[in-house]
Amino acid sequence: MPSDFVFTDEHDALRQNLRAFLEKRSDEKAVRAAMVTERGYDTEVWQQLARELGLVGLIVPEEHGGAGFGPVELLIAMEEMGRALLCAPFLGTSVFAAQTLLSCADSVTQKELLPKLASGAAIVSVAFAEPNGRWDLAGIQLRAKGTGANATLDGEKTLVLDGSSADVLLVVARSDAGLELLRVDANAPGLSRSAIPPLDLTRKLARVRFANTPAARISSGDQTAHFERVLALTCAALAAEQVGGAQKCLELATDYAKSRLQFGRPIGSYQAIKHKCAEMLVSVEMAKSAATNALFVAAANEPDFVEAAALAKAYCSEAYFHAAADNIQIHGGMGFTWEAAPHLYFKRAKASELLFGDPAHHREELAKHVGL
Amino acid sequence: MADLREMPEAELRGRVQKLLAEVHPERTDSITFRRKQFEHGLAWVHFPEGHGGLGISPRQQLTVLDEIQKHSKVVHGDPLVSTIGIGMGAPTVLTYASEAQKKYHLPRIFSGEDIWCQMFSEPSAGSDVAGLSSRAVRDGDDWVVNGQKVWTSVAHLASWGMLIVRTNPDVPKHDGLSYFIVDMKTPGVTVRPLYQITGEAEFNEVFFDNARIPHANMLGKEGQGWRVAITTLMNERVAIGGGGAKRKGAGAISQVVQLWQKRKPGALSAAQEAIMRDRVTRAWMDNELLRITNQRARAAQRSGNPGPEGSVGKLAQAEINKRLWELAIDVLGADALAFEAGFELRQSGFESRTVEGLAKYQFLRSRANSIEGGTSEIMKNILGERVLGLPGDPRVDKDVPWKDVPRS
Repeated sequence: MPSDFVFTDEHDALRQNLRAFLEKRSDEKAVRAAMVTERGYDTEVWQQLARELGLVGLIVPEEHGGAGFGPVELLIAMEEMGRALLCAPFLGTSVFAAQTLLSCADSVTQKELLPKLASGAAIVSVAFAEPNGRWDLAGIQLRAKGTGANATLDGEKTLVLDGSSADVLLVVARSDAGLELLRVDANAPGLSRSAIPPLDLTRKLARVRFANTPAARISSGDQTAHFERVLALTCAALAAEQVGGAQKCLELATDYAKSRLQFGRPIGSYQAIKHKCAEMLVSVEMAKSAATNALFVAAANEPDFVEAAALAKAYCSEAYFHAAADNIQIHGGMGFTWEAAPHLYFKRAKASELLFGDPAHHREELAKHVGL
Repeated sequence: MADLREMPEAELRGRVQKLLAEVHPERTDSITFRRKQFEHGLAWVHFPEGHGGLGISPRQQLTVLDEIQKHSKVVHGDPLVSTIGIGMGAPTVLTYASEAQKKYHLPRIFSGEDIWCQMFSEPSAGSDVAGLSSRAVRDGDDWVVNGQKVWTSVAHLASWGMLIVRTNPDVPKHDGLSYFIVDMKTPGVTVRPLYQITGEAEFNEVFFDNARIPHANMLGKEGQGWRVAITTLMNERVAIGGGGAKRKGAGAISQVVQLWQKRKPGALSAAQEAIMRDRVTRAWMDNELLRITNQRARAAQRSGNPGPEGSVGKLAQAEINKRLWELAIDVLGADALAFEAGFELRQSGFESRTVEGLAKYQFLRSRANSIEGGTSEIMKNILGERVLGLPGDPRVDKDVPWKDVPRS
């Protein structure tokens, strides 16, 4: 039951081990090194995450070569990764693509792709958003041409997570029934991908163009309801990542406030700074409640999961952004430099706030669910 | 309190059954029943035997309540007006009073025969209560008290009160205080209602005009008043805290949602509706997250891992509640210009209200949420210093004799 919010010893061990791993392999130096590469991540770290920690296939069932974990483990993993600003295709491949395959794809495709995904061998990205700027499912307007198992695609998808390094693209398209899922491999003819120069260098995005590109249909029937839940899980996971980042911003701000002296005393002894930190603490704890609740509700298979995910994405986005902004402010001039860490969190915060719909979008969804 | 033993459940339940065989709540008035409950050691089970308890774990009080509820539709629980006496007075008396005082006061506090009030705050001493100036001067066996207390709940109903006063102005503030228990009928003690923004008086002022208090009524030694007061205040958190909605969407937010859903069609343009709906959604989110954060805090406490989630509640609740009722008024719009309940100055009753009336009342009353029991500014200082470890504010009155500290 979500009201329990109980973490087991295994959960604590998962958090400790992942944190230790990320402190070594995703420290600030590693983040800065990865973010300036085209690929955007260290393939060796990705392989370690897959093979040594078994986390790339975290939500993939054991029968498909994954760890067979659930939403609570996902909560923990995302928080730690967000805290460390990990540069990796985790959200795009391990969460979004994995869940899309599990919820929408046929079993043949699942049997083929899930093990490759879980082992770290294949990067799989979901092409969902279109240049119309919309994040609601009705905004998906790209249609595949042709009937039967083999179709062709002509058009554009954008803001595809790790789209440039993907080995396989899962394309969400509009069909007569509603929504359908198609598969396009990296070497498909007529496929061109261009990296979008991102505001947040730590997460790579791509624009994808299809020109008479062959695409395999890998779903049957209307996928709208399934995909709504996939998006909810992805947003809840992203909310957890935002909590980790916000928590880190609070720690960075507090540490700086203790060590920076002006007028003969630590700036944290001034109420303007002290109170900003206290307000950040309240915001972080509330955000933690939002993400924790969403993923415990998912774990308990309760019917109000989509509503809980909308609340989490809306709240955690704003909490993270404000924490990151306040972290810059508390760092004073240092906070404005490239050299200091705050800008890295600030950009990740704003980008993840906008990804999958901004807070107003999710509040609108929430209002519909609650009946406001 | 050192770890108290647990009594075997059957034995404890047996004792409750013995009590119920002697007096049954359905056939006995509250005071009589609770007197007996005290005698049987079932009032505060963690208190010592002979003082209303059995010297066992406080958790087992729930078993006592459960057993009473099994056999009776009437429970005779703690009267609301006795909250201060039961929650704060009794633990203080237990810790510091003489044996004779404990024997006299504790049963009367529990039964509800004596209502107690707490007289700490003064007009010049709110957040800085230790800076208080009400004065007690020794005269023979008595102390003569002059001064004024403020924000005193139930003083108009109380027979006894907890009082801290300054007995030595020449030492730093904390060292010059002494603690008394006061018979509220003492000549020179005057209680006056304190009318508030809503027109009612939930609280009182208490004036001391050469009131004589016997030295025997001092708890702790002269100059130890602050230490004794800490005991009282520590238990205040227990007496006030906790609570809040248990179910999603329940509580105050449900009232405001009701008002939103009852809004006059066409009063708002489409654009205004969207803006207002977003505010209502934000309020819904805030209230839901407060509820969940309290749940997380309880879960963490139960599992022995308390974290920051347990400390942010008071601050978060105050600010969220003020915003909630501001929103409610804005939802009422032009209708909120009328305050049907009126502002007749009166003693606070627990009046029933319509949803609209509640919103208008709470809009005013909620201003105190961020002030009473610790201002939000003080709470932020506490969070910053005790939870985040930031350095304390510089203090200009530390080590300075109280009489030399500027006051307003």
